[in-house]
Amino acid sequence: MCLTGVQKHYGSLHVLRDIDLEVDRGEVIVVIGPSGAGKSTLCRAINRLETIDEGEIAIDGQPLPQEGKALARLRADVGMVFQSFNLFAHKTILENVTLGPIKVRKKSKADAEKRARELLDRVGVGHQADKYPAQLSGGQQQRVAIARALAMEPKVMLFDEPTSALDPEMIKEVLDVMVDLAERGMTMIVVTHEMGFARTAANRVVFMADGAIVEQADPETFFTNPESDRAKDFLSKILKH
Amino acid sequence: MELFWEHREAIALAFAYTVLLFLFAGIGSMVLGTVLAAMRVGPIPVLRWAGTLYVHLVRNTPLVIVIIFFRIAAPKIDLKFNFVDVVIPTGVGDVRLNNIFTACVVGLTIYTAAFVCEALRSGVNAVPLGQAEAARAIGLPFSGVMTQVVLPQAFRATIPPLANVQIALLKNTTVAGALGVAEAFVRMRLLIKNNPAELWTLFIGFALIFVILVEVLSFISHRLERRVRVS
Repeated sequence: MCLTGVQKHYGSLHVLRDIDLEVDRGEVIVVIGPSGAGKSTLCRAINRLETIDEGEIAIDGQPLPQEGKALARLRADVGMVFQSFNLFAHKTILENVTLGPIKVRKKSKADAEKRARELLDRVGVGHQADKYPAQLSGGQQQRVAIARALAMEPKVMLFDEPTSALDPEMIKEVLDVMVDLAERGMTMIVVTHEMGFARTAANRVVFMADGAIVEQADPETFFTNPESDRAKDFLSKILKH
Repeated sequence: MELFWEHREAIALAFAYTVLLFLFAGIGSMVLGTVLAAMRVGPIPVLRWAGTLYVHLVRNTPLVIVIIFFRIAAPKIDLKFNFVDVVIPTGVGDVRLNNIFTACVVGLTIYTAAFVCEALRSGVNAVPLGQAEAARAIGLPFSGVMTQVVLPQAFRATIPPLANVQIALLKNTTVAGALGVAEAFVRMRLLIKNNPAELWTLFIGFALIFVILVEVLSFISHRLERRVRVS
């Protein structure tokens, strides 16, 4: 995946400044930075939930389509996990996971359900398949959301602060699933404040501030020896406690 | 009371027209209103604009004028409904669905659809944005986002206001009476004319039948609300 010269403005606010980013297959990128840095916007721009003003985003060499069927196809290949889970409230857990495969991938109901149950078992919520999202804890809902994205067999997974809305004890169960996913070779872009996850699972840390990528390095280098003052300042604030 | 018993067949026939006007316009307005709502919340500016124009034009026009348009003005520009002529024989006389009946159904449908659209749109707005985003993120096209995720949830929030709109429609069918469909209101006027002494009985009797019909609608609406609340 390749982003070149991406710019976005909200009115006078320049939320993405000249973003260049290349992500290889199987790579796990963790995007960190202070709030308002444009991390989430970047994540959402990659599957075009946000439009961009300038620049190009390409996946597998294919530039991002503007609208319509082609864009929908691209989105099917890009899994997205939201901060607020966004499970379909009127559908059961199983239906949440099978909706995309049946309606978009045109799989048979039986095949989709078989695969969905495997994925739900893998993220540890297989026994909840017939419940509705509201009956599950936040951590369970987020693991279902990951299973829902995986059911589409995406080329890349985007995580937009997947643990920020969770109680501390539920964060681990979600991160465990993500680490497992990373170890299986999934290409991942993760916006997070979980520095532990960045250290264990990331191939590369991308540090953003004020809409721009300030610095990128492997996690060891970044956390022990950051180059930019902005990153040093940020790390000193979050790592002291 | 004897009066009602004596004329029971004519009254039943009249209410058959009322109910048929309601059923056809009810289904038509739900379909058209859903399409309009989809246009108004959709991503295509021209359709959004057209949907908004429709609602503002039709909602701000009195029902009588909308129906008169289809009943009287439209035939002048060759928009006639002469191709419709269905006769349903019943034991107590024929129910005839002709061009006049159709013009009234079309008028009621057009008018009510604007309100259905707005009721649905309020429901759509009540569905959190994240639901639509998640649906788009798994690759559903706009139509799929609406039919699979947004509208099913919007309908839940919309049942009470939609019931309101449909109840209003049931009562609005009486306007068709003024334009030549022999529905309940026409029968009531006729009976009053021939039996002026029974004015009050007739008024209250016909009103009661309408109350009962509306109660049936309210009952269905309540059942629907209860059913979707469980899940």
